Amino acid sequence: MSPEFRTYHEVDEVRSDLPDQIAAGDERVSVRLASVARVIAVMSGKGGVGKSLLSALLATALARRGDRVGLVDADLNGPSLPRLLGVAPGLLAESRDGFAPPSSRAGVRLMSMAFLVEPDRALTWREPADAGFVWRGAQERGALREFLSDVAWGELDVLLVDLPPGTQRLAELHALVPGLAGIVAVTIPSAASRDAVARSLDLVRRRGLPIMGIVENLAGVRCGACGALAPLHAGDAGSELAGRFRAPLLGRLPFNAALGAAADEGRLEAWLSGRESAAEGVRKMADALRAGAGTP
Amino acid sequence: MKFLCVDCDRQMAFDERAVPGDGTMAAVFRCPACGRRTAMLANPMETQLVSSLGVKVGGRTVPNENFEGIRAGVAEARDEALSAPPLTNPGPVRWSVDAVERLGHVPSFVRGMVKKIYNEYARERGIEEMTPAIMDRARSDLGLEGM
Repeated sequence: MSPEFRTYHEVDEVRSDLPDQIAAGDERVSVRLASVARVIAVMSGKGGVGKSLLSALLATALARRGDRVGLVDADLNGPSLPRLLGVAPGLLAESRDGFAPPSSRAGVRLMSMAFLVEPDRALTWREPADAGFVWRGAQERGALREFLSDVAWGELDVLLVDLPPGTQRLAELHALVPGLAGIVAVTIPSAASRDAVARSLDLVRRRGLPIMGIVENLAGVRCGACGALAPLHAGDAGSELAGRFRAPLLGRLPFNAALGAAADEGRLEAWLSGRESAAEGVRKMADALRAGAGTP
Repeated sequence: MKFLCVDCDRQMAFDERAVPGDGTMAAVFRCPACGRRTAMLANPMETQLVSSLGVKVGGRTVPNENFEGIRAGVAEARDEALSAPPLTNPGPVRWSVDAVERLGHVPSFVRGMVKKIYNEYARERGIEEMTPAIMDRARSDLGLEGM
């Protein structure tokens, strides 16, 4: 039964500007990223595979090559990049242009929720109790948008975005950055990881985004005496995913205790400059990504 | 959401917004023909949803601040993360002692943004001195709940 007055779609004398306000916020991202040559997401369908470590390593290796590199820690609830890059939380300086991102020793410009939340505290939002699920996604999307739009990134050759496990944040990022250059996927060799990452890559493919490379982390452990590589996991997820999705396998990174220590102590740059074959492997991954991304 | 004055068959226009400070929000709409006013009363969840989207019912009256949503939304922010202005020099708008004291209760994480919003509010209205009463009025007009 129709009401005896005009209905929603028949009334448009005064348009609500809420969609326009949301669009204006997203437009701020476009304006900011106009000085960024390319934005690349580092992702995986699975947690604990080393996305953040690889993000930090690739960013540092690219910076060592002379690229101007930014890194967004989009894992808002589990930020770890400041520790990995040895950047201590301090006062974020604000200018008219935005907040200046702190830099690592290698010159990687970084923004992370770890700079903004008390150490050892979970990220929580001011909200009425017990119903955070209703708007948590909107708040986190807003925080990601502000990390992109309100930070004075300056001119960058590449802005890496370290995504949390799963696919939701990739969808949000792609909506904010329609010109996303592509993604790098991180897996470990196991079949479980392969299956989870494959689901994520299916979404990447459906969105028409380039898969710029796959990295297999924890790809065995090297014997200190003979140098032979012994497997840590059964499986060959890196090669299988590269074949299935016709993407380059950027490389395999074996377990490396020295790398683990360097990561905990924020000394990745020093580790990367070493002669270990694993460090050389990471440098080659960065070179391959650089070549694939067309970085000058 | 739109409001229609059924008697006049005219869409009602946004008139003012009020934030009582209990997590709710009121937005008042007025019929351009007969002047009838209707208040939309949003419960805390609806108010939070609007806030989470980073939008203002009735439109923005002050420009975006950097990290506006993060500053307003993060519950346990690191207090010394973002620069806060010294309380002794609150800006070109003259601040009364009471207003400075009240600004001091705002967490330093958001104090800079809040101070800028109050100053902007005062300048737009030709107000030379910020007082607690002006701050109350600004809170209501601008939807600065808890600030």
